[in-house]
Amino acid sequence: MTLTLGHFLSLGAILFALSIIGIFLNRKNLIVLLMAIELMLLAVNMNFVAFSHYLGDLHGQVFVFFILTVAAAESAIGLAILVLLFRNKSSINVDELNTLKG
Amino acid sequence: MSQTLSASTLLAVPLAPLVGSILAGVWGTSFGGNRIGRRLSHTFTILGVLVAFVLSAMTLKSVAIDGARFNETLYTWMVVGGLKMEIGFLVDGLTAMMMCVVTFVSLMVHIYTIGYMEEDDGYNRFFSYISLFTFSMLMLVMSNNMLQLFFGWEAVGLVSYLLIGFWFNKPSAIFANMKAFLVNRVGDFGFILGIGLVAAYAGTLNYAETFAKAGELGKLVFPGTNWMLITVICICLFIGAMGKSAQFPLHVWLPDSMEGPTPISALIHAATMVTAGIFMVARMSPLFELSDTALNFILTIGAITALFMGFLGIIQNDIKRVVAYSTLSQLGYMTVALGASAYSVAVFHLMTHAFFKALLFLGAGSVIMGMHHNQDIRWMGGVRKYMPITWITSLLGSLALIGTPLFAGFYSKDSIIEAVHESHLPAAGFANFAVLAGVFVTAFYSFRMYFLVFHGKERYDQNPDAHHDDHHGHHDSHHEPHESPWVVTVPLVLLAIPSVVIGFMTIQPMLFGEFFKDSIWVDAARHPVMVELAEGFHGPVQMALHAFTTAPFWLALAGVGAAYYLYMVNTALPAAIRARVQPIYTLLENKYYLDWINENILARGARAVGTGLWKGGDAAVIDGLLVNGSWKVVGWVSGVARWVQTGYLYHYAFAMIMGVFVLMTYFVWLNK
Repeated sequence: MTLTLGHFLSLGAILFALSIIGIFLNRKNLIVLLMAIELMLLAVNMNFVAFSHYLGDLHGQVFVFFILTVAAAESAIGLAILVLLFRNKSSINVDELNTLKG
Repeated sequence: MSQTLSASTLLAVPLAPLVGSILAGVWGTSFGGNRIGRRLSHTFTILGVLVAFVLSAMTLKSVAIDGARFNETLYTWMVVGGLKMEIGFLVDGLTAMMMCVVTFVSLMVHIYTIGYMEEDDGYNRFFSYISLFTFSMLMLVMSNNMLQLFFGWEAVGLVSYLLIGFWFNKPSAIFANMKAFLVNRVGDFGFILGIGLVAAYAGTLNYAETFAKAGELGKLVFPGTNWMLITVICICLFIGAMGKSAQFPLHVWLPDSMEGPTPISALIHAATMVTAGIFMVARMSPLFELSDTALNFILTIGAITALFMGFLGIIQNDIKRVVAYSTLSQLGYMTVALGASAYSVAVFHLMTHAFFKALLFLGAGSVIMGMHHNQDIRWMGGVRKYMPITWITSLLGSLALIGTPLFAGFYSKDSIIEAVHESHLPAAGFANFAVLAGVFVTAFYSFRMYFLVFHGKERYDQNPDAHHDDHHGHHDSHHEPHESPWVVTVPLVLLAIPSVVIGFMTIQPMLFGEFFKDSIWVDAARHPVMVELAEGFHGPVQMALHAFTTAPFWLALAGVGAAYYLYMVNTALPAAIRARVQPIYTLLENKYYLDWINENILARGARAVGTGLWKGGDAAVIDGLLVNGSWKVVGWVSGVARWVQTGYLYHYAFAMIMGVFVLMTYFVWLNK
């Protein structure tokens, strides 16, 4: 069995779906939420790499590096917010964080 | 056309009574601190009216003898587009005659009031009102445009309202003045529609300019229908006249207006204001001549009023109401004459009627004073011994009213009957019958009242509701009538003179001469009534002699005879007749149930419509659906929006992702 583009894209889609479910189902922990977002970015990266390989275009793999960098920065910021949130609210329970409501 | 009339003189005619009215009304009442007393109040107002009368008489002289005419705009109130609203005077034969009648009767009533209202607390107020009325009526008749006519029209209506309700703590008076005001609104609604149509299609309110365009107006068709525009205009204007001149079915207010003091019944509700409608139609004769439909309508309404209101006069027991129904009937006669295109005859009858009906009303007032404010003719009788001047003048007035040859009423009334006879309009047949039958009825009720009041047994002590402490103060002669003071009898005598002679003197110039030549226009080719009348006219004496061979005279004589027999000879018979024709009597007693229809069907219907619009239209649709409905929809939408805005991060994320999916689906599948 050879690995085709379809396998990679399927993997990417499954990862993406998992991360979405992670976002929706998660009611407890904000950290899980951040992880799910990271997973979503990785799913996108998987697609980029797969297309880059099969189409013979390196631009895609270059883009993945950028995304990884941005994702790392984003995680850092997200965790920093999370720490601050915890200091203020003493909780990172997602169900208690409903102050976005106007 | 010699110009001998000056604007300032004419202006003084209406303004003199206005000044008197303001002086008596502001400083004579508590409004201005009661600065001037009764004597000064009546002096000021009488002087004002006297000035107006003298100037009117001078105007009449220069109009009638020197042929002077005046038609000028004195002041432009405003200009709206091409429509000018002005104040101006048009003085010709018709106006000059009306000015004299109005100021003369008004002067008589002013003098009479000194005696009649002597004991009333509202003495100064009353003088102020009647002077104000004189001003308004003069503005109405002297106007040269329809807006000023309408102003005068409404102003006399207002004063009529104030005076009917003069004794404002009497509930029946308040009911009557409200009724008069409301019924007149119905008429005025038609009137203002007519004026509006004239303004819309002729583009002017000035009489002369409108009449110049009458020919063009006569060719137009009312938009959206196949009615002639001129017919719509004329019927609308005539509805105004029906309200003011108390024509069937808008007559209901006039009998009730007798709640007011007697002098104003004479001045406003007999001699002048109620004839404003007749005057207006005569003034607009160039328009009415163009519409046979409108003339037929006028003829029919007038004939109904002339006959059926006369019937009501027969069964009334209140002396003033008998005269009031007589007025209605006579106004019907005038209207019939208008419908027969005999405008000058209508105006002629207007003039003679103003004198003899004012006389009859003032005579009735004098009797009421003499009878210590008893108005019921059943409890009078034999008054002639106690009140000789009132007796003689009332007899002359009654004779004039029933059309005794040589008296004023004879010339005008016989001319009307003759004119209707000559008319070829389809409605003339009914009108002819109505006016002839009306002669008998008029004679009957007039002399029924006359005999019951002045002749026969004295029945003063039989009055069941005689009040022994009447506010008269003459306790020595409690039940005996007494002759009224000179301020009351002098106007009676002065009015009796024209009631007798005015017809004889003026029939020649007014009906067949040049007096109304440029005031009233008759299409002689289509409505040759006046031409035929002129052919049969050979001088007033001839006319009077000829009358003995015609039906109206014998009908009138039969009426007097019947009244004499029933109320002097066989006094038990009326009750027996009444018992035999109970249903008819009940019908007349209830005034043909018109009040009942007005109160129970029209008023209640209007209230039901109002309630329906209030509950259904306003409360349900506007308040319920539109006002409350919109906030409910907004509330519901924002409720949904609030429910969507949970504040939970994952809900927003879900919305975003679903959005992404939707957009992607759109781009990938639907946007190929």
